[in-house]
Amino acid sequence: MKNIIETKDVNVFYDTNHVLKDITMDIKEHSVTAFIGPSGCGKSTFIRCLNRMNDYIESFSMKGQVLIDGKDIYKKKVRVEELRQKVGMVFQKPNPFPKSIFENVAYGLHIQGETDKQLIAERVEKSLHRSALWKEVKDILHKSALSLSGGQQQRLCIARTLAVKPSVILMDEPASALDPISTAKIEELILELKQHYTIVIVTHNMQQASRISDRTAFFYMGDLIEYDKTKDIFTNPKKKETENYISGRFG
Amino acid sequence: MKLKRTAEKVIESGLALSGLITLLTTLGIIWVLVTESIGFFSEVSIVDFLFDTQWTPLFTQKHYGILPLLSGTFLTTSIAILVAVPLGVIIAVYLSEYAPYKFRITVKPLLELLAAVPTVVYGFFALTVVTPFLQSFIPGVSTFNALSAGLVMGIMIIPMISSLSEDALQALPKSLREASFGMGATRFQTAFKVAVPAASSGIIVSVILAIARAIGETMVVAMAAGQQPQLTLDPREGVETITAYIVQVSLGDVPHGSLAYKTIFAAGITLFAFTFLLNNISYWLKKKYQEKYE
Ligand SMILES: Nc1ncnc2c1ncn2[C@@H]1O[C@H](COP(=O)(O)OP(=O)(O)O)[C@@H](O)[C@H]1O
Ligand SMILES: [Mg+2]
Repeated sequence: MKNIIETKDVNVFYDTNHVLKDITMDIKEHSVTAFIGPSGCGKSTFIRCLNRMNDYIESFSMKGQVLIDGKDIYKKKVRVEELRQKVGMVFQKPNPFPKSIFENVAYGLHIQGETDKQLIAERVEKSLHRSALWKEVKDILHKSALSLSGGQQQRLCIARTLAVKPSVILMDEPASALDPISTAKIEELILELKQHYTIVIVTHNMQQASRISDRTAFFYMGDLIEYDKTKDIFTNPKKKETENYISGRFG
Repeated sequence: MKLKRTAEKVIESGLALSGLITLLTTLGIIWVLVTESIGFFSEVSIVDFLFDTQWTPLFTQKHYGILPLLSGTFLTTSIAILVAVPLGVIIAVYLSEYAPYKFRITVKPLLELLAAVPTVVYGFFALTVVTPFLQSFIPGVSTFNALSAGLVMGIMIIPMISSLSEDALQALPKSLREASFGMGATRFQTAFKVAVPAASSGIIVSVILAIARAIGETMVVAMAAGQQPQLTLDPREGVETITAYIVQVSLGDVPHGSLAYKTIFAAGITLFAFTFLLNNISYWLKKKYQEKYE
């Protein structure tokens, strides 16, 4: 399978603070890639480099290249709005808009200028099916999204992202604010979504990484220490730091 | 130990006392307004007060219809709001959603300073700068006119709307904007399709408070809109607002206790009813809004 994401020598600074060092990584299409590592090691910063979500941070600067489908997304002429339709994102805390459930999922189409009501309704339904939320919300589509439970809200955020038909979905600790049952549902969902999308997920939960991902990248203090098949990372790590981290012996 | 407890008691009763004084003052004001108005309405029928189209208590041919004062207040307030709401909201959106952090924290206090300019300065500005300017290209603008007073009052309350609306926008969680950007929305779409609707109750509260402020504003309208109670919606004409009328009578030589004197209380209670209502609406909205986000 082809590489949909390639990064080359990515270095990130917040002012003078050098938080990512020479990160080079390829990510294959229709795979699940997990980023693990201790808090503050740069996982969120890196995943946000993949759809330029760091653009709004004034102190942020980056060197190196991020290629999506072979195209450098940090080139001047790239339209960042188009990029993000292709590379969607789900955040740590569920963040639905204070609008109706329907409006939340339809938002991405609205901002693209879509006015065909039929098409929007179909896409909303399909996205909610895909995010395994349809059964629970089909009769309350016009209720506020804020009335849903945390786990439902997060699946709604996933549906909202699916509705714009991305190829890649970035997830930054999508289950860390959820209870175990909701977490299990999200994990199940990720495995389903893999057939149609490329998924990159940050997680601090090692079991989660081993359950759902094909490849795992271990970050430590801004360095990409090891990146390999998940099975190999967890059973046969090549670096001392990785072994220490996954076995919980970590200072 | 004992001293500390005594000190605490003293502070506690001090606080209770100041609360009590505020409450008593408010009650006192309402009491005076109500009793004096009862005096007024025992001599003038409430039907005349509400439906007569002339307000001439100081003339020989006396009429006591509040409508001209209400229309004057309505006219100047509407003009002010038409100016202040769009500009205030645009400034708030710009500062909150577009401006770099440094620019925002420099400009916001400067804007708030506008609110600290004495209103008599605004009144003078309306009368001596804005009115002649308007007269230079709009035919039929009187020396005293609702338009000039309304426009300047609008400028005066912009900071109130922009500042409170900006607070409401800034109080939104950052994650809301990230969600929108993350789906490929532009800054403009994020500002107007997500941030403004999500902060709408806060923005509406700022507008209501601004309306209350415009209704209660006295100096600008007394100086620039004039003192002729007229039932008109023509902004080029001079009008008198409720507040301007109260000033006129208070400063004039109307004998205390006369019916003419009591008119200011009837006018005052009308004004009070409006601002009281607006304050309650904004309070209610604020409460509803807080519940939603907690
Ligand atoms: N907006 C920011 N401004 C300045 N420094 C930041 C910002 N976000 C993250 N950092 C710093 O960058 C480093 C990496 O953070 P982050 O990418 O959030 O790590 P992780 O997601 O692995 O916990 C940390 O040292 C953090 O303090
Ligand atoms: Mg993080």
